[in-house]
Amino acid sequence: MSLVRALGSTVGRELRLAARAPAEAAQPLLFYLLVVALFPLGVAPNEPSLPVYAPALVWIAALLASLMTLERVFRNDYEDGTLEQLALAPLPLPLTVAAKLAAHWLLGGLPLVLAAPLLASGLGLDAATGRALTLALLLGTPTLVLLGGFAAALTVGLPRAGVLLPILVLPMLSPVLIFGAGAARAAAQGLDPAAPLYFLAALLALSLTLVPFAAAAALRNALEA
Amino acid sequence: MNAAPLVLESLAVARGDRLLFERLQLRVAPGEVLHLQGRNGAGKTSLLEVLAGLRTPEAGRVDGPAPGQLHWLGHKNALHPALSAVENLRYWCGLQAADPAGIGAALDRLQLKAARNRPVRTLSTGQKRRTALARLLLQRRAWWLLDEPLAGLDVDGAALVAGLLAEHCAAGGGAIVTSHQALPEDGLPVRHWRLQ
Repeated sequence: MSLVRALGSTVGRELRLAARAPAEAAQPLLFYLLVVALFPLGVAPNEPSLPVYAPALVWIAALLASLMTLERVFRNDYEDGTLEQLALAPLPLPLTVAAKLAAHWLLGGLPLVLAAPLLASGLGLDAATGRALTLALLLGTPTLVLLGGFAAALTVGLPRAGVLLPILVLPMLSPVLIFGAGAARAAAQGLDPAAPLYFLAALLALSLTLVPFAAAAALRNALEA
Repeated sequence: MNAAPLVLESLAVARGDRLLFERLQLRVAPGEVLHLQGRNGAGKTSLLEVLAGLRTPEAGRVDGPAPGQLHWLGHKNALHPALSAVENLRYWCGLQAADPAGIGAALDRLQLKAARNRPVRTLSTGQKRRTALARLLLQRRAWWLLDEPLAGLDVDGAALVAGLLAEHCAAGGGAIVTSHQALPEDGLPVRHWRLQ
């Protein structure tokens, strides 16, 4: 029972902190909406190939938006000493990491998924493609947060990780981009998007089981620096 | 409280590739405060981190408390600046399965009155330290590992910490404290020990 309480207070603390600084919490969503909204302004009006590129565009925007706040996910705790208390708490550190990343996805990933149907229709995608894109984002954004969280844990002790983090993470995220945009592409061609969606689900299951342990090990290592 | 003694056997601790000390032998019995002394860079903090289980020693053995039986107070306070003292402690209680009902009394004891509901970023250094020290009272644990607990505290605060340590030792607990200030010694079973 105390395990559930510890997990609950970890998630609750993250949500409370976001509520204290709502402008900061809304940054990824605003960035994502702006990037997607600006792109059509750069192409010719009524450009027929826009829906072809739209899934890739939405995915790239989601990729960059979810990396925006990830650098901070463990950094504050590392700098103010909370990480030491977390490492000594009865709650195993991998579970703490998972709880923090879950809260992070709720705040920075889920809004991107919820906004996707709107963006899809704005970019001229048909209903089936928009559905596939949204579903792909729902399965893919947690993987983005998890892999990004792993990189954030690896770089937590480094002074200027802001640039290093995307360079480290973006190559790891390419399978998510391939299958995520692939699902929407399949639906646009009238095919069944199930196969790429299953791949995304498999990537999520893999990162969900591996990342908390790897990230916890990286954080413990940072404490010994 | 029935605490086992803390025993170190031929301990070697390194930081990066620099060896801080080796073949360290030490035994601390419950009921006493070990005042760990040494020059800057001698490895006092690293030794405390090894005892807390935050750092792995290069060689040797630590026969000490499990993480749930010790309080760790690092030189950082582990307080989030945007949350108040009470909120920070409530989170700690949730994490450590401690009863949050004791938070008010603990902050009273550390003489943090009006400041307890202000964001921690607006507190003074001493007030932050007092908030971090309040954790010691939220859950009874046999061993206290305190890294510079008096840093930023005024004279009253230092006396307060000495009082807490005295009570803790009288109840059968032990403590290892690093401090460049002298610990107030009246009634406190302090043993001084120098890390070479």
